[in-house]
Amino acid sequence: MAKILMKGNEAIAEAAIRAGCDCFFGYPITPQNEVPEYMAKHMPKTGGVFVQAESEVAAINMVYGAAGAGFRVMTSTSSPGMALKQEGISYLVGAELPSVIVNISRGGPGLGSIQPSQSDYFQVTRGGGNGDYRIVVFAPSSIQEAVDLTIKSFDIADYYRNPVILLGDGMIGQMMEPVEFNLSGKTNLPKKDWATTGTNGERKPNIINSLALASEDLERHNYKLQKKYDEMEEKEVMHETYKMDDAEIVLVAYGTTSRITKNAIDSLRENGIKAGLIRPITLWPFPNKAFEEIPKTAKSILVVEMSMGQMIDDVKIANEGRLPIHFYGRAGGMIPSPEEIANKAKEIVGGAK
Amino acid sequence: MSLLFEPTKGMTDKSMHYCPGCTHGIIHRLVGEVLVELGVLGKSIGVAPVGCAVLAYDYFNCDMHEAAHGRAPAVATGIKRILPDNVVFTYQGDGDLASIGAAEIVHAAHRGENFTTIFVNNAIYGMTGGQMAPTTLIGQKATTSPYGRDKATTGMPLKISEMLATIDGAVFVERVTVHNVAGIRKTKKAIKKAFQVQLDGKGFGIVEILSTCPTGWGQTPVESLSWLENNMIPYYPLGNFRAPEEAK
Repeated sequence: MAKILMKGNEAIAEAAIRAGCDCFFGYPITPQNEVPEYMAKHMPKTGGVFVQAESEVAAINMVYGAAGAGFRVMTSTSSPGMALKQEGISYLVGAELPSVIVNISRGGPGLGSIQPSQSDYFQVTRGGGNGDYRIVVFAPSSIQEAVDLTIKSFDIADYYRNPVILLGDGMIGQMMEPVEFNLSGKTNLPKKDWATTGTNGERKPNIINSLALASEDLERHNYKLQKKYDEMEEKEVMHETYKMDDAEIVLVAYGTTSRITKNAIDSLRENGIKAGLIRPITLWPFPNKAFEEIPKTAKSILVVEMSMGQMIDDVKIANEGRLPIHFYGRAGGMIPSPEEIANKAKEIVGGAK
Repeated sequence: MSLLFEPTKGMTDKSMHYCPGCTHGIIHRLVGEVLVELGVLGKSIGVAPVGCAVLAYDYFNCDMHEAAHGRAPAVATGIKRILPDNVVFTYQGDGDLASIGAAEIVHAAHRGENFTTIFVNNAIYGMTGGQMAPTTLIGQKATTSPYGRDKATTGMPLKISEMLATIDGAVFVERVTVHNVAGIRKTKKAIKKAFQVQLDGKGFGIVEILSTCPTGWGQTPVESLSWLENNMIPYYPLGNFRAPEEAK
């Protein structure tokens, strides 16, 4: 199939439609507005549902309703809107409802800025919602990858009966790249016999619920959910490595930052510094194993983020104290240049050569 | 032997958790009876609130969702939009609907969502132990208005039916009471009309039902019935605020 040039937000929306998204519920917020706009234009053509909700709170609860009815549902937002969705996300996990939540993140805290940022790492991997819960978080670094992971997100959500988060920074949402749409063709997904479609007098009522007042019931539910999280950790981890074989310094970056970091690595190697990259594609589950496989040549780790340092916590957990960890970050919508990253790496390995 | 009475098939056999004298049980039964009489129980999907009726999902004999506090109208929107041929309703109290969920109910009405809301107004937060609600009357004592609700600091009680009746998409709005038999009969009629409006595809319908909370009000069940009549009805006038021509 020929590739089409598309803006990230529109490509994500189109990917969702191709993946069989039946309903989209959203609320305007920059820099993700092209997602609901695209959905408003194209969902009615395929008989899908588009509703512009009165708030992100309402949108995520509309997701809860339509997902509980057994349909493929998506919502999208940006950072402050993601904060508002946290309540609903916790309920979606508790009630085991598959759904896809897109966060095209921007700078914070508060109203912050509308420029690209990666300061929602904690929000998406730790969750602002209450209770013990985990969600697979995909962090694409190109529009093609955003498309592929959007399609994959619907399958993963249905398989586990759990929401999936697609985290792109404003850069992923706003830039244009050529893409093609390849469907997963996944067919072994469980039947949604739990959905509320009306009993027709033929079965007992189906109940979508996250309440379990008896402690032993809720604990049993917590163990059931944990079993799913364990399976996700085992099966869903994705990462990419770049020039890691002989790396003396290991850079760690995801999303847009990882592309800039690759440029920095190439320039470092031209200057005789053997740098490599670990790029988490799933932020949760985090690719811990990639850190166990870091070659003996490596002397240090440099985490690069468009934040004041959030993923660095997971790198510390994965590193288990083996190598010294350094950090370089830009915040507030500032994007690090390859030179800045390379200079930081040079400083770590012992001054400019 | 001829059968004189049987429980409605619209409800399950589960014992209810409601306090003695609470009128939630009556309202549940009326809704269940209406769903059966309209022949729509098998295609009904209800949304329970957070509050005293949080366990309503165990009582209605149809598919149910339990929503986050105040969000039932948003959940119902999600269900009804993708399943337009099903019958969808929310069952909400006054803390849930008139306070934390005020935005959701207003905008569901504003969009003219084609579902039905059963709104139980007992002028207090029952489940959490009798706190003041937006609907608590002036001078009424609650655990968070221990000296009686004061207009100067907490405003006047919110009249939801009157407010929603100003919204074009709210095509059926009626306030009723269940404190006596005549009121219960009228309540059932109103509930039936509201569901019929949905079946006719006309838009959003809400029935506000004045209800008692003996526990929260610190009264006996009998006292609470007269308290409702003497205090709530004068402030919350009964009657229909909006209806399509054929439902009047």
